[in-house]
Amino acid sequence: MFGRLTAEAFYHDALQMSAVYGTLFGGVVLFCMITYFKKWAWLWKEWLTSVDHKKIGIMYTIMGLVMLLRGFADGMFMRTQQAIALGQNHGFLTPDHFAQFFSAHGTMMLLFVLMPIFVGMMNIIIPLQIGARDVAFPLLNSISLWLTFTAVSLIMISLGIGDFSISGWTGLAPLFEKTYTPDSGVDYWMWAIQLGGIGTTLTGINFIATILKMRAPGMTLMRMPLFTWTALTTSVLIVLAFPVLTGGLFLLTMDRYLGMHFFTNDLGGNMMLWTNVFWMWGHPEVYILVLPAFGIYSEVVATFSRKGLFGYTSLVYATAVIMFLSFIVWLHHFFTMGNAPSVNIFFGITTMMIAIPTGVKVFDWLMTMYKGRITLSVPMYWTIGFFILFVLGGMTGVLMAVPPADFVVHNSLFLVAHFHNVLIPGAIFGYFAGINYWFPKAFGFKLDEKWGRRSFWGWTVGFVLAFGPLYVFGFMGMPRRISHYTNPHWQPWLILAWIGMALIGLGIFSMIIQFVVSIINREKLRDETGDPWDGRTLEWMTSSPPAEYNFAVIPEVTGLDAFWEMKKNRTVSPEDFKYSSIAMPANRPHGFVIGMLATTFGFAMIWYMWWLAVVSLIGIIVAVISISFSEHIEFIIPAEEVQETEEKYFEKLIKASV
Amino acid sequence: MKHEAVSTHSPEHLKKVEINALGFWIYLMSDLVIFSILFTTFVVLGHNYAGSAGPGELFSLPYLFVETLLLLISSVVYGTGMVALQDNKSKTVLKALGITFLLGAGFVLMEIYEFYDLIAAGHTPRQSGFLSAFFTIVGTHGAHVSFGLLWMLIMMYQVKTRGLTLGVCSRLMQLSLFWHFLDIVWVGVFTVVYLAGVV
Repeated sequence: MFGRLTAEAFYHDALQMSAVYGTLFGGVVLFCMITYFKKWAWLWKEWLTSVDHKKIGIMYTIMGLVMLLRGFADGMFMRTQQAIALGQNHGFLTPDHFAQFFSAHGTMMLLFVLMPIFVGMMNIIIPLQIGARDVAFPLLNSISLWLTFTAVSLIMISLGIGDFSISGWTGLAPLFEKTYTPDSGVDYWMWAIQLGGIGTTLTGINFIATILKMRAPGMTLMRMPLFTWTALTTSVLIVLAFPVLTGGLFLLTMDRYLGMHFFTNDLGGNMMLWTNVFWMWGHPEVYILVLPAFGIYSEVVATFSRKGLFGYTSLVYATAVIMFLSFIVWLHHFFTMGNAPSVNIFFGITTMMIAIPTGVKVFDWLMTMYKGRITLSVPMYWTIGFFILFVLGGMTGVLMAVPPADFVVHNSLFLVAHFHNVLIPGAIFGYFAGINYWFPKAFGFKLDEKWGRRSFWGWTVGFVLAFGPLYVFGFMGMPRRISHYTNPHWQPWLILAWIGMALIGLGIFSMIIQFVVSIINREKLRDETGDPWDGRTLEWMTSSPPAEYNFAVIPEVTGLDAFWEMKKNRTVSPEDFKYSSIAMPANRPHGFVIGMLATTFGFAMIWYMWWLAVVSLIGIIVAVISISFSEHIEFIIPAEEVQETEEKYFEKLIKASV
Repeated sequence: MKHEAVSTHSPEHLKKVEINALGFWIYLMSDLVIFSILFTTFVVLGHNYAGSAGPGELFSLPYLFVETLLLLISSVVYGTGMVALQDNKSKTVLKALGITFLLGAGFVLMEIYEFYDLIAAGHTPRQSGFLSAFFTIVGTHGAHVSFGLLWMLIMMYQVKTRGLTLGVCSRLMQLSLFWHFLDIVWVGVFTVVYLAGVV
């Protein structure tokens, strides 16, 4: 009945139990609040079953930000452990538990913090930026969201029931084989990223179709805003890279569940096969994360310098070149694992080549700022912080692209410092810039500037202190992923890194305060114009938050920076107010139901409850089939209603601009 | 606001069909990436017999020739169905779908029998890396074909109950792409797994 799930799976040490109780307590409080305010029907109708890209985007982003708290907490525990575990003192985490921490931290931060946040922003902004009313496949979009939720749920369940993987976020053959790790940990890791990854692939398909097919008339490819370009390239990367992960994890599933020999160390398995397959996905994955951030920086720099992007065409080509190159560098993750020198040289050179388009981008952004009229708002803070810190991280990357140099620092904390250096200032800073930049579009009021700046300083100073020392360790030879050490020279640096982490904690705390303060002062921060930053692209043309149909009349695009051009050159014509009724996709529960069934399926597979796995899998198939029996479910917003909504917005707009 | 089922041939709906087709193409490409990983794996592990039997002892090319013919002919028959679709002849479409289904089911049954035979003789996927890779790539293709068969049953039901509406036509087109796609993948499987192994 319950497979291999026994009472023992619920038992953990005091530290973990307190985290479990904390999570449960939060869940119960949330449940009671929703019940008390009678919001269940509202939640179901307006959010859980919604196929509106803006709402799906908001749910994605919130999911990512909530998971950031857990990912950070894991990081903090590891830093604390390393700050004290010298010599006689073994700290408060066992090596096994420490391994679960670093595995969960990496898995969550990359896949369930960064991915949901940028997919969320893509969802909110892309249809608006290209002048569309929704994405190409709204219901599929909802399915993607709930599959990602499935993955997040499985990771959260692993906190309370059973263990998490100890083989790192990358998986380590043959440690993750059933012979060596028979318990539930690896299975949680495997099923979470497998099911979430399928959702991500669907997102990629959705956005390629959306961007290629649903642009407003006149928006040629070379008139697309840069964020749209990066979203397109990221989607291409997703569609080409994520199936590699799906395939690799599928083979691992065969190994673990049917006793096959793909990545085993006996009977003809090949451990290096896993490493190759994983990084064939894993390297494009980091560009999947960082390209959208590059798009956000481009938008922010142009808007806050009040200038068109310098070298738009070169930025587009640089993005495309990075997309291409990201597929032929994966081997630099394991230069030391016995490849022929010629192979290492090839991948070393391709890796170094990535620095060229990236350099082009940085110069383009700097030149955009040059002689611009710069407004130093919070998004601009994050962007400038990115310039300085990311270039540093990029240079350490070029250093490690040289195979002999990589041999020296491989598997050391130098590497840990490097990838945090590119992913925190590279990706996360961009997402925060994007959140500050587009928040008024999604919610109709700006975020508080003062707390935004505090959050920036907390993150930036904290980052330098937390990861600067790790570069030093790398040269001192401290390996990554160790829970205990005997070299007393390391401890002062580790304590310094701990202080850095605490400052990042303050940065996160300031961000929470920023949200709270902004919500309290929302009337003061209200933006009625829909264009609080004097923006350049089409998303600023709509009201904030935009009406359900985004654009009452689909705009005609005449050039790059379409909205800017309209503001400068175009006069209003009566055509702009000729409203017709609009058909919009109706909300449907399929996405939510499939997500819940997928969660059940994943859980059942992890605990060997075969009957439940079969039942939920059949449920998923039935749900998918039922979609094909309800074609074209739309609702019509009549022209009068559109006119009413638009006139209300114009009234507010006029009032605000007087 | 009111809910209503719309199934007219308005320009928006035709555009929607076009977008659906593009989306399906992209999905097929992502599926092809999964297959390419399986092919790569097979090539890497293809000679790791670990002391157990190799392809020469396990595969019978005449048997596979029949199996392959079933799938290839089914694709041709599906093609005739698509021609009938152009002429709006729903009965011919149904007939073509029915024959395609039977041929496809024959393919899957032959494959299941092949697997059964191998496992009964002790050549299970646990024996070696080669057998793991073999069972996985052929089985994954077979699972795809089986899903295609399920899809075909549903389409037959929809053609019967709804006639050739725009939605039904769009899905028949996608199933057609899917079916030909599986055909092409099978040509790869036949060549790389069976033919190269035996020869």
